[in-house]
Amino acid sequence: MIPSILEWFRDPMTWSGPGGVPTRLLEHLWYTVVTVVIAAAIAVPLGLWVGHTGRARWLVSVANSLRAVPTLGLLFAVSLVVGPYIPGDLAFTAPSIAVLVLLAIPPILAGTYAGIDAVDPSARDAAKGVGMRGRQVLWQVELPNALPLLLSGVKSAMLQVVATATIAAYLGLGGLGRYLIDGLAVSDIGEAAGGALLVGLLAIVLEGVLSLLQRRVVSPGLTGRTARGSQDGDDAPQAEAPADAPVDVRG
Amino acid sequence: MIRFDGVTKQFPDGTTAVDDLSLTAPTGKITVLVGPSGCGKTTSLRMVNRMIEPTRGGISLDGQDTGRMDAAELRRGIGYVIQHAGLFPHRTVLDNIGTVPRLLGWDKKKVKDRSRELLEVVGLDPKLGNRYPTQLSGGQQQRVGVARALAADPPVMLMDEPFSAVDPIVRDQLQDEFLRLQDELGKTIVFVTHDIDEAIKLGDQVAVLRVGGTLAQVAEPQYLLAHPADDFVADFVGKDRGYRALQFEHAPRLTLHSEPSVVVGETPSSRASWLLVVDDDRTPLGWVEPARVGDRPVASEDLHRGGTVARASGSLRGALDAALSSPARRGVLVDNDGVLVGTVRAHEVLTAIEETERPERDEDDPVHGGAMDVSGERG
Amino acid sequence: MDWFLANWPRVIDLAGSHLYLSGVPLVVGLVLSVPLGWAAVRWRASYPAIITSSGLLYTIPSLALFIVMPLILGTRILDPFNVLAAMTVYTLALLVRTVADGLSAVPDHVEQAATAMGYGGLRRLFGVQLPLAVPVIASGLRVASVSNVSIVSVASLIGVSQLGDLLIDGYQRVIYGELLTGILACVVLALALDRLIVLGARLLTPWQTAGGGAA
Repeated sequence: MIPSILEWFRDPMTWSGPGGVPTRLLEHLWYTVVTVVIAAAIAVPLGLWVGHTGRARWLVSVANSLRAVPTLGLLFAVSLVVGPYIPGDLAFTAPSIAVLVLLAIPPILAGTYAGIDAVDPSARDAAKGVGMRGRQVLWQVELPNALPLLLSGVKSAMLQVVATATIAAYLGLGGLGRYLIDGLAVSDIGEAAGGALLVGLLAIVLEGVLSLLQRRVVSPGLTGRTARGSQDGDDAPQAEAPADAPVDVRG
Repeated sequence: MIRFDGVTKQFPDGTTAVDDLSLTAPTGKITVLVGPSGCGKTTSLRMVNRMIEPTRGGISLDGQDTGRMDAAELRRGIGYVIQHAGLFPHRTVLDNIGTVPRLLGWDKKKVKDRSRELLEVVGLDPKLGNRYPTQLSGGQQQRVGVARALAADPPVMLMDEPFSAVDPIVRDQLQDEFLRLQDELGKTIVFVTHDIDEAIKLGDQVAVLRVGGTLAQVAEPQYLLAHPADDFVADFVGKDRGYRALQFEHAPRLTLHSEPSVVVGETPSSRASWLLVVDDDRTPLGWVEPARVGDRPVASEDLHRGGTVARASGSLRGALDAALSSPARRGVLVDNDGVLVGTVRAHEVLTAIEETERPERDEDDPVHGGAMDVSGERG
Repeated sequence: MDWFLANWPRVIDLAGSHLYLSGVPLVVGLVLSVPLGWAAVRWRASYPAIITSSGLLYTIPSLALFIVMPLILGTRILDPFNVLAAMTVYTLALLVRTVADGLSAVPDHVEQAATAMGYGGLRRLFGVQLPLAVPVIASGLRVASVSNVSIVSVASLIGVSQLGDLLIDGYQRVIYGELLTGILACVVLALALDRLIVLGARLLTPWQTAGGGAA
């Protein structure tokens, strides 16, 4: 198996043209970024609204119950039902992208809502008490405090999309998934496994990039990563808990 | 001046948290609302800055109906301190303190200067300014909470159990500093606590509320201890209220005895059974038994440290405690700098107590009183 | 519905394989995650390493892991064991963190009381810490079970048979009944596993439901 993978990697055809790795990689990245951005544009405001007002919490439960639907089935069903109505090449990509967006929404929605919900009630109370208006409470206190969980949700969504976009190659979507599906179809183990390694690598790199981003934008006061100076106070410091808890959803 | 006028709060589930409360919190004084849980004290407090809206009745601030003001504007003009400080975990200490000035649109430099200044006012090390709340102890967080409330120098402060989440020693310290600060700042303060000792220590006037949100009694603390209006108040005020009331009686009427003493490191010359040991500044350190020390110089291991020391200008309670706790049965009194003034015996303190008069019972008992005349004298 | 009635023996058969492929890894993953999670808590220094590496494993897309598995295990590509192993990796990746979090959430005073009464290392783990961590671990197990059922269907793409076959066949031959049956069967299976875990956790922690649900 390993020789065939190496052979695939060494083949110049692997690296050039419309089916070459750079093109497929960019396609895969493009699908991922577009769907996560669209999903976030829908799910973040929704999650903020549900968390801030405490209204329509059922939205979060409904989105979460979507997890029980197998992603493969969702992909097939949507493209079977919607595909015929869409002309040309879009008939293959548009339903897949729609499903990817649909799958990316629940983790972001759940993360955003959980983040807002986990804001220390006394901090929220104090925010109102010092005279912040609803919007100010949301932007200045709730959102910054919700960021760790919100971004965990985005991270889960992104991994979900990377994984599902791979499978969607079965429906004709481009991206690195092509190598896996095409390789399997013609029993070219080198191509399938080589593609699998690339997809795995992409997922790990994206995860790393988002973790770095998380470090940059989340206040050090929330992560417990701040340097601890000498305690010259009047009593013992309070225990701290990292605010980053997992919101894992994938398929 | 904050005035509650027939204020009632019923929650949607039908419970009445506050029932027809009329009360005045005088300008520049500390009014403490105290009572068991479920007495509506926090609800009452939160209605002042409209965190909760009253069902009936109204609250006015210096004659202005708060119900007609913009809620957010109103709150920016009222300092608000809560139990767990409620600091914003994502902001540094300085940014937390500068919250209200920033909301009011002060320029950055002014906000920063004011925040630094307040850090010192509440007795925190300036280098804590760039820390985050999780890096502070509970007591430090609570100080930052007070600093944040003071930032825009509001005339009125609302404090909801601000000291109850810290340990007793820190609490005592915070209370003392709070009183010192109030002596300087003279804010109009409404303070909520479930701890009657804290209420008596801090309040210029104390309002006792009972479950169901009715006012049981409002009075100066010493009056409350001497004349509880009913069984509920008597019970709530506690068993040893006679003893605790002594903290409002001043000790200067005591006649002091001069006390022979030995400086630590010297050999006792007296053969009395107990001899007081002081340091070079004549600050009392403890008692020794010369018979045990013999001809050696007094070392710090020889000291009996059981006795308390009271200030001569302090209360009769302190003097009595000093006498009762002293192994020599003589209570050590010092001046404001901690220098030995003399000693007093328990029976002499008791005599002084018997000569003091209990606070007069008003003919017009102020259970449901309006504005009270509060002299502002604290023990 | 008609399609299901005509083909139910096959559906039941595939559902059996599906349950096997998603359920066995759940059990194996749980058993393996306990010592790992315990180690992460016991030796604090190992916590970041254990949690980060299990997080990375969880990152790898399912189809990719299915395909690469033979490379690691030396098995044939059509061997169902690849799927079992891959699913165990996912379960393990998810549960290690849950077990670690569950164990560290056991109140200090309880652990100290247990130690003071003479509970030694292993007996304390099984007698006190694990039982108290059951609710947290069960919630992780629920997430893992739902995600396993969904992921296993992808294995049809590498030729390992289970309910995913209905999805692919229904799609390729445009048989809506078959596709819908496949989706619903997966959902039912996921919900059934979920209920089973909730029930199991309740039986293991009678104190959670006793006393009228006081907080």
